[in-house]
Amino acid sequence: MSLSVTLAIARRALTQLRRDHRTLALMLMVPCLLLSLLWWMFDRDELDFGRFGPPLLAMFPFIVMFLVTSVATLRERASGTLERLLSMPMRKLDFLVGYSLAFGAVALVQALLAVGLTVGLLGLEIAGPIWALAVVAVIDAVLGAALGLFVSAFAETEFQAVQFMPALVLPQVLLCGLFVPRRSLPDGLDLASDLLPLSYAVDAMQKLQTSADLSSGFWTDLAVILGFVIGAIALGAATLSRRTA
Amino acid sequence: MSTRATVTVNRLRVRRGRRYVIPDLSAEIRPGQITGLLGPSGCGKTTLMRAIVGVQKTHGGSVEILGEPAGSPSLRRRVGYVTQAPSVYGDLTVRENLRFFAAVLGVDRSSPEGALATVGLSDVADDVVAQLSGGQRSRVSLGVALLSRPDLLILDEPTVGLDPVLRRQLWSTFADLASEGTTVMVSSHVMDEAARCDRLLLMRDGALIADDEPQALLAQTSTSDVESAFLALVERETSRGD
Repeated sequence: MSLSVTLAIARRALTQLRRDHRTLALMLMVPCLLLSLLWWMFDRDELDFGRFGPPLLAMFPFIVMFLVTSVATLRERASGTLERLLSMPMRKLDFLVGYSLAFGAVALVQALLAVGLTVGLLGLEIAGPIWALAVVAVIDAVLGAALGLFVSAFAETEFQAVQFMPALVLPQVLLCGLFVPRRSLPDGLDLASDLLPLSYAVDAMQKLQTSADLSSGFWTDLAVILGFVIGAIALGAATLSRRTA
Repeated sequence: MSTRATVTVNRLRVRRGRRYVIPDLSAEIRPGQITGLLGPSGCGKTTLMRAIVGVQKTHGGSVEILGEPAGSPSLRRRVGYVTQAPSVYGDLTVRENLRFFAAVLGVDRSSPEGALATVGLSDVADDVVAQLSGGQRSRVSLGVALLSRPDLLILDEPTVGLDPVLRRQLWSTFADLASEGTTVMVSSHVMDEAARCDRLLLMRDGALIADDEPQALLAQTSTSDVESAFLALVERETSRGD
């Protein structure tokens, strides 16, 4: 891997994003607006905002980054710039890590805004440390970016890329323990839930809600998510081939 | 032959689906010349160029560039490739595009400015590429290919859609590059561009039907322009096939 190439790719992706004001505004504002909506919905019931807030704090960055990354990479494949880069002295990992860094940085800002809003203004209270909320949100955003990079290889058009969201992301949302606790899922589905990365993000968030002690499995959950990130980046690298038909 | 060929294509085969788009092609491209690859659209020009650059999956034969197999890591700075559709970032400025690709290539910081001057885009350097005209966009793409001062420059239909003045300017840029020692391969489906080449490869249905200097080609077919020469060669081939 080359650090200068990786950073050049990250810087370039951020410059492109900076020029697209509307996308940037949507990426940063939509999670905040949705969390505010949730807070308003549970107007009379602080307990439920406390129960749904943290898992959603993990989910929004994941979904937003998944969409943005899969479309951005698809554009790069379609415009021929990816092929051009692959014919240059760039390693595949430079490309993937560069993109992950760029979108990870946006995810960090997004997570800080969302956590600041829910804890500062909307009065979310959790037992664990507040910074840990942001850590889970950022890792989840990077996970979304990594999965988005991977699936972009299987989409030929933006229409297809966007359809991967309901196909790959919604099942994770359904099975992550937000609607039905993971332990109460029917046989088979509990196993499926164990195999999906978002489940661990929601687990980690729920642990933060109820316990101040981070040693009760919080770091293990985080490690599992990181494992998925590395796996998705490795799979993504395998889909970038220098020679095509 | 005294000088070693820059590109040696030996019995290349490329299949797409069940059909061989290039059934069996051999050719050599000589250093420091402009070689024109001419033929109707769909005859396999882009596939051949992609095989030379090393981004095309091939199904037989070999392609060697500067003594190394096409696509070798050591060639990545030495071969410049400009695709037919400009492969640059529309949402970045011209200068940002060049600086980004210069960083990826690891070439020195002055190279973007040099490339800007060569392709004549210094005045619009800070304009966003998407707002430029089609001709300017393809020159940005050409500028990127020039950044590493490649020994071999492969240009796929670089003059399509350009006005005649710009076309002439680009051809004189190619001639300058060739006179500085760069080997230039240019594809075109416009036969009248052939006169500006040192050597011509005429291609039809995935095969070369001629590999000669423009004048020799005209003499051999007793024609006065390359389009007629092309037709004469096709006729000769079909009558031989009957």
